[in-house]
Amino acid sequence: MTSKKIEDDNESWDLVLEPSTNWYSLGLSQILRFKDLLFLFVRRDFVSIYKQTILGPIWFFIQPVITALTYVVIFGLLADIPTDGVAPLLFYMCGITLWNYFSDTLSKTADTFTSNASIFGKVYFPRMIVPLSVVLSNLVKFAIQFALFIAVWIYYLITDNSVHPTKALLLVPVLILLMGFLGLGFGIIITSMTTKYRDLKFLVTFGVQLLMYASPIVFPLSLVSEKYPQYKLLLLANPITSIVEAFKYAFLGVGEFNWLYLGYSFVFTLMLFFIGLVVFNKVEKSFMDTV
Amino acid sequence: MSKVVLKAINISKQYRLGQVGTGTISHDLNRWWHKARGKEDPYIQVGDTNDRSSKGSSEYVWSLKDINFEIKQGEILGIIGKNGAGKSTLLKILSQVTTATTGKVKIRGRIAALLEVGTGFHPELTGRENIFLNGAILGMTKPEITKKFDEIVDFSGVERYIDTPVKRYSSGMMVRLGFAVAAHLEPEILVIDEVLAVGDAEFQKKCLGKMKDVAGEGRTVLFVSHNIQAISNLCNTGLLLNKGQIELKGNVEDCIKKYMLMSRPENLKTIGLEDRLKRGSGSVIFEELKAVKNGNESWEFNYDEDINFKFKVTASADTKGLGFYLALRDPFSEEIISNFKMIITENMIAKGDSISFTASLPKKTLRPGQYGLYFTLSNSEFKIFHDVLDNNVNIPMLNINPVSMDVHENIGFVTMPFNLKIDP
Repeated sequence: MTSKKIEDDNESWDLVLEPSTNWYSLGLSQILRFKDLLFLFVRRDFVSIYKQTILGPIWFFIQPVITALTYVVIFGLLADIPTDGVAPLLFYMCGITLWNYFSDTLSKTADTFTSNASIFGKVYFPRMIVPLSVVLSNLVKFAIQFALFIAVWIYYLITDNSVHPTKALLLVPVLILLMGFLGLGFGIIITSMTTKYRDLKFLVTFGVQLLMYASPIVFPLSLVSEKYPQYKLLLLANPITSIVEAFKYAFLGVGEFNWLYLGYSFVFTLMLFFIGLVVFNKVEKSFMDTV
Repeated sequence: MSKVVLKAINISKQYRLGQVGTGTISHDLNRWWHKARGKEDPYIQVGDTNDRSSKGSSEYVWSLKDINFEIKQGEILGIIGKNGAGKSTLLKILSQVTTATTGKVKIRGRIAALLEVGTGFHPELTGRENIFLNGAILGMTKPEITKKFDEIVDFSGVERYIDTPVKRYSSGMMVRLGFAVAAHLEPEILVIDEVLAVGDAEFQKKCLGKMKDVAGEGRTVLFVSHNIQAISNLCNTGLLLNKGQIELKGNVEDCIKKYMLMSRPENLKTIGLEDRLKRGSGSVIFEELKAVKNGNESWEFNYDEDINFKFKVTASADTKGLGFYLALRDPFSEEIISNFKMIITENMIAKGDSISFTASLPKKTLRPGQYGLYFTLSNSEFKIFHDVLDNNVNIPMLNINPVSMDVHENIGFVTMPFNLKIDP
């Protein structure tokens, strides 16, 4: 038995659910309506991580310090990789702090759909809230680690005259934002592409690790320009390179600061984020059927 | 006339069966290729109706097909249908969890869906923190939750545990807290799945009461449940789905009646008594058997109709004496009634002789529902069995349909006479 057809109309409705709508809309008004949820998610992520631990948020400090010390031993002492004349501990911490923000954001947004399927399957809210909350909660974590870095930096600033901060310090907020959006852009593209076919997921886990070695985190860009100038452009194709270099230049006064490279990273990030948005919007509507 | 707040226009939903793997990518590529050339999706034309039990020929099924309906403000719509009729798919589309393959839904006002209680509860967070989190997930703002916080805690009855992580809660407490948050949502349209089937009896009553209040405030509710009782209590209109299509939309009682009729077995085939298991001596066997209503064969009776079974038995050997026994069973094949026992004859029956007889059950004895039947032929001492038939092997179930909406006439198995007299 078929029910009688209901004619479409031209009246005004508050909400129309259709299989396809504009593929580019960020749905900012929706996100604003759910802004409380965004902050509650950030709070949840932050509060729940260190529940039932004794040291609590101190773990945020321990992680970069131990990593930096390990790098000092392995890359600094054993491999003898130069650090542009800066104290190795400071050099590595500078890179790690910024890099961690990117990699944490990326790997956590990259499984937005799969790890939240149980919530997404039961209730609607703008899906973008989840990756955005990851960016923010990682920003909080970054802020803590950044504070630690600043403390170490001030110590070296006073005791060691190899550190020369530059005017590029003014750019630091932009650099941090760029790193966050790069991670977000990669993350939402990956999560959108892995709802149906999980293949890409395997790439993420070791891909992020490998990407770190393709960015000047444990070595300075100058080392490459000096020893393998033919590969310098290749390294610069990685949008992270110029951001990290600018970050180091701002605080330590070493590394290459170049508006052109930075402009490239900026455009790259913007494009990536835009593409991510399009794919994410397309997938979020019906991913529950395939996840 | 109140205005239409929700309009579903031609919605259909297609699902692909089987696993996602390398096989699906060729379909995806093909679909993309058609789309790139501006052609229609090649797989949208195919697809079977959603009949879970029969083997289909296509990899695609239509979970919903051409659904059209309107809901007016203040309507409490009960959506009913068998498992797999498309109820949940419809709810998922209305609650924006997924989109329809074709068609659209238009909505006036805020819509909130409650497909599960306590969605997004984080085990490590306290009850208090989870109220805020869950409320926000369901679409409330922080000031709204703060305003209602005390009410929510009060309704849930877990005040003592409110600052304890919810992982320490019993599952019942978790549900209570979840429902308490949901009950304080204030959207114009509320979509509710079978979430009432949880919690203890006292809490269920509280929930039903709360839902009635919500309805009383002039808000629109869509309610999906298998609990016919709850549907008929709460709803004023009904939507009956069957195999992904709308069977009936209208008065809730009409929908329930039709739904109950649909629950009968799908085909009452004439009984194949020929190829049955031999479970007795075989010297006398049932040759013909039918249930009769007004002269015609029918295995379905109304509560207020006499039930008759007509038998013809034939002897395949000379036999002395014949007894007949009939039992009624519940759906788990446990005997409900077993006192229908009759000696048909004490005399010799010669080979080839036939006897016909009718067994009757009085009307208004068996309550509406399905009953398994069990018939035997034996000697007159009921010691040696000649033939056995039951619903597990080759006879249909007996169906009794309700004739009224009175609960006290529809539940249970049998009606018994009873007396009450006031003591002086």
